[in-house]
Amino acid sequence: MIKSPKLGLFPVVSAVILTIVVVATLYPFVHMIAVSLSGDVYVIKNEITVWPKGFNVNMYNLVLGDPKIWTAFRNTILYTALGTAISLAVTSMGAYALSRSQMAFRKSLTMLIVFTMFFGGGMIPTYLVVRSLELVDTIWGMALPGAVSTWNLILMRTFFAGIPKELEESGRLDGLNDIGIFFRIMVPLSKASFATIALFYAVSMWNNFQLPLLYLRSPDLFPLQVLLRNLILAGTASSGDVTRIGGDNLIVEESLKYATIMVSTLPILIVYPFVQKYFVKGAMIGAVKG
Amino acid sequence: MAQASATPRPIGKGKPISAPKAHRFKRLWQNNKYLWLLFLPCLIYYLVFRYAPMFGLVITFKNYNLFKGVWNSDWVGLKYYRLFLNNPDFWPLMRNTFLLGLYRLIFGFPAPIILALLLNELRKAAFKRFVQTVSYLPHFISNVIVASMVIMFLSPTGGLVNNILSGLGFEPIHFMNKPEMFRGIYVLSEIWQHIGWETIIYLAALTAVDPQLYEAASIDGASRLRKIWHVTLPGISSAIVITLILNIGQVLEIGFEKVYLMQNPAIYDTADIISTYVYRIGLLQGNFSYGSAIDLFMGIISLIFIYGANWISRRVSETSLW
Repeated sequence: MIKSPKLGLFPVVSAVILTIVVVATLYPFVHMIAVSLSGDVYVIKNEITVWPKGFNVNMYNLVLGDPKIWTAFRNTILYTALGTAISLAVTSMGAYALSRSQMAFRKSLTMLIVFTMFFGGGMIPTYLVVRSLELVDTIWGMALPGAVSTWNLILMRTFFAGIPKELEESGRLDGLNDIGIFFRIMVPLSKASFATIALFYAVSMWNNFQLPLLYLRSPDLFPLQVLLRNLILAGTASSGDVTRIGGDNLIVEESLKYATIMVSTLPILIVYPFVQKYFVKGAMIGAVKG
Repeated sequence: MAQASATPRPIGKGKPISAPKAHRFKRLWQNNKYLWLLFLPCLIYYLVFRYAPMFGLVITFKNYNLFKGVWNSDWVGLKYYRLFLNNPDFWPLMRNTFLLGLYRLIFGFPAPIILALLLNELRKAAFKRFVQTVSYLPHFISNVIVASMVIMFLSPTGGLVNNILSGLGFEPIHFMNKPEMFRGIYVLSEIWQHIGWETIIYLAALTAVDPQLYEAASIDGASRLRKIWHVTLPGISSAIVITLILNIGQVLEIGFEKVYLMQNPAIYDTADIISTYVYRIGLLQGNFSYGSAIDLFMGIISLIFIYGANWISRRVSETSLW
């Protein structure tokens, strides 16, 4: 773009707006970290804004000392690993088949799949199917009902369709069938796309609240999100511990809750900057083809 | 996406059209068996978890009985649809669902476009990348966390927002107990969570705008804003239209999780929507037929919405999903 000779109002306004966006996004996290690390006296007086006062890690000791949070972390990791593996396998194989021009009925099958983006049986009939398969209150109730995201399937199909036909032909000359071509040629070629789709699946599984709400019953199967909701929103925080530590029950509960939020968000905040480019890449493929 | 499936594609391997039927099927099977094998798990998934529930919708015309099962329960015709249409909750639920989706569309749809335009005008690449990285972040935070943050920040006792208000000399406001505030709070939290992520589609479209158009506009003496109006916006108009159609189609498909997590009985007047009602009254209280009937009713209205949006867009702008 050509640089205009004088600085108008526009760049200033735009810089101000963008700065507001950045602050509005980051400040809530900064505030929660500051409160969770502050002494209760300062929290009660509402003195904490950006920086902790009376620095201590009591709240984190309390949160991490609760065996329930470790069980929930373990469950979440288990569901995320298993769910992502299944989703990635089913989605990539299905997407590859749909991307091949010699695949018979592929247009009808694609229509069949795309239709589910706009219409579905709804919450209760799906629940009845899951229940009749006896998946309720098992790890499979987490891994299977949401295994394929139609959006991700279409993304991968678009990606495979862009791989030159010659690579497939060369595999055929080497005597490979379609399954061999997929696993020996396509998978090694598409590591970046697999990483992108795997990350999409992993994040949606890690964050999922609806699946466990509908399909899990036993507390020892609950993933992190359900535990968090019970601790923070349903107000069942272990208040016995809270009163022992601080004077005003309600206020100290605030820093305890912020500490709980930070403990469960930290894994995402730490991993996010490193994997961000894969997400954007995936969204870009979707955008261009959208 | 649907666009790609609509384009004509070459018929595989140039097989002769006049070949005998049996021979053709044999050939089809030979050419395809491994691909179909790869596709099989995906097909099973869609049949079991997406299409079987659609057939399960017959229970909306039956009095679903736990012991008799879906197929053996007694037929009751349109009883549950009549029940819903005559329910005093019907109009409030429709209104809440529609208005929440509409406000989400009116305020949530332009926001990322404006942000993308501002980002596009930035000259410092490092600052641009920083703003992008930061603004995408909340998209990856779970709804449970976002709802918790909203409720805690708005709490009348020690919540961040009320701290600021009382610092300015105002009385604390019990935000989450006021039905008239729920829609605004919900829409703001949606924008906070997704504005950055939703810019990606527009930023991708912006990279395709020809730089020569900007030069030509500069030579003609166009200002910054005029260039945005006459070059940038037309350049991304098809991305805008496609996103708009998709968003209109989803006006009634408000995410269940977040509304469910943010609502409480004090604000059901505005915060109770179809999906949360179906969960509470249908699933939790065991009214399976009634709940499914509501879901199907809304599903059909939603289908009409997206079909209508697509139809209008095809007439007006020659851009459409299918």
